[in-house]
Amino acid sequence: MTINNHDNPFPDDLEPGADALTAALARLAVDGPVSVLDRIAASMVRVPSPVGDLFVASTDEGIAYLRTTHAVQDSEAEFAKLFHREFARPLIAAPRPPAGLLPALHQQRAAKLRFDLTRLSPFEREVLLAVLTIPRGQVRPYAWVANHIGRPTAVRAVGSALGRNPVPVLIPCHRVIRTDGTIGDYVFGPVTKRALLDAEGTNIGEIYELAQHHVHYVGSDTTGVVCFPSCPNARRITHPHRHGFRTITEADAAGYRPCRHCQPTAESA
Amino acid sequence: MSSAKIDTMTQPDEHLVGALAADLDAGFIALFHAYRDVVFSTALRITGRWADAEDLTAEAFLRAYRALTGYHPDRIQALRPRSWLLTIVLNLWRNSQRDAARRPLAVPAEQAPDPPDPQDVQRTVNERETDRELADWLTVLPADQRVAVVLRHVVDLPVAEIAVVLGRPAGTVKSQISRGLHRLRELYPAAEQRGLFPSDPTEVRR
Repeated sequence: MTINNHDNPFPDDLEPGADALTAALARLAVDGPVSVLDRIAASMVRVPSPVGDLFVASTDEGIAYLRTTHAVQDSEAEFAKLFHREFARPLIAAPRPPAGLLPALHQQRAAKLRFDLTRLSPFEREVLLAVLTIPRGQVRPYAWVANHIGRPTAVRAVGSALGRNPVPVLIPCHRVIRTDGTIGDYVFGPVTKRALLDAEGTNIGEIYELAQHHVHYVGSDTTGVVCFPSCPNARRITHPHRHGFRTITEADAAGYRPCRHCQPTAESA
Repeated sequence: MSSAKIDTMTQPDEHLVGALAADLDAGFIALFHAYRDVVFSTALRITGRWADAEDLTAEAFLRAYRALTGYHPDRIQALRPRSWLLTIVLNLWRNSQRDAARRPLAVPAEQAPDPPDPQDVQRTVNERETDRELADWLTVLPADQRVAVVLRHVVDLPVAEIAVVLGRPAGTVKSQISRGLHRLRELYPAAEQRGLFPSDPTEVRR
């Protein structure tokens, strides 16, 4: 051990407070701010939704993880287990839901919510942010998402990214369906996907029927505008003025311009 | 410092590590509340900046949690949480210092104003100024001395525990504390003139 204790002017047994300097040092201790806990622990709430109750976990960055109670056998512990696979943070029950969550679920509009997407790849984040722009009651094909983020050939990768959506329902990956009009896969299964789309008033049956006839876009000969079939502008076109198109290129050749609302994009070659 | 004091410290710890072993998440929140003062005070007086102390505290507890998720319950039961948490804080701080040294062009962030300590209102202006200046002087001490002084005199750890936290012999710790205190008295002629910290501390003890 080191041995200069004999010339140590402040032996350790000097009581704190015996001297003004050590007394002043003791006064430098402060209370640790409780708010730091928000940066450490995530909070969990149970909230109602159109497809039954949901468990929702939030961090200081935003809403981070969501599962239907059905998907976790109605068990908080099971939800926590899934959460902990993705997030190395303690999870505690919160007294109330994070601001904006209940209105967002009620109106099924989540564009203003903050999400914690920090654990995702940049590609996955881009995909989810693109999906967040799809309005309630409408759907887009996987290829639209790929086009929207400037990666038209990445359709399959879009599908996988949606499958890893940590906050389904809120980031509406259920609004992305297959080009053939079938609704495709979903993290909570196709039945829940269909239930969400029905709850939003989406004309999913009509979209399927049109797709069977290779109609993927609908235009109006009075406005000269072409839309996705789920767009409100398409749904209000009366029957005599409705024209179906297989591709945007085909609609363009017929003199139609893409709707500014639903923004159908020219398909990749 | 006395063994009686150490014993009283281990009582809540047994309870805390028991809670951690039983329910990691709930136990961890209790751990945070039990040690946030000592962890934050250490972080604040070592970094000298409130925002850095918040970052360091949050990161240290997150690291601690991550480590605990991989520990066997027996290992959790054997933990000395305070020493363990402070070891994590100091390792993180040393790493951040090393990283900062590699980035010499980094512009220091704007100093966040320290929120007023609620106890401040009961103090004289002179005392408050003295404490603020003292906190500043602490941050110019050599790192080893600063850490030793903070652990011993700000958060009141026994030397034996500081030796564990720093992985150094108790004698080394004592000499670092004493050199740190000596340097603080030298660095602080203004306070000395106000008669707050006499330059010859042996006078005080007589």
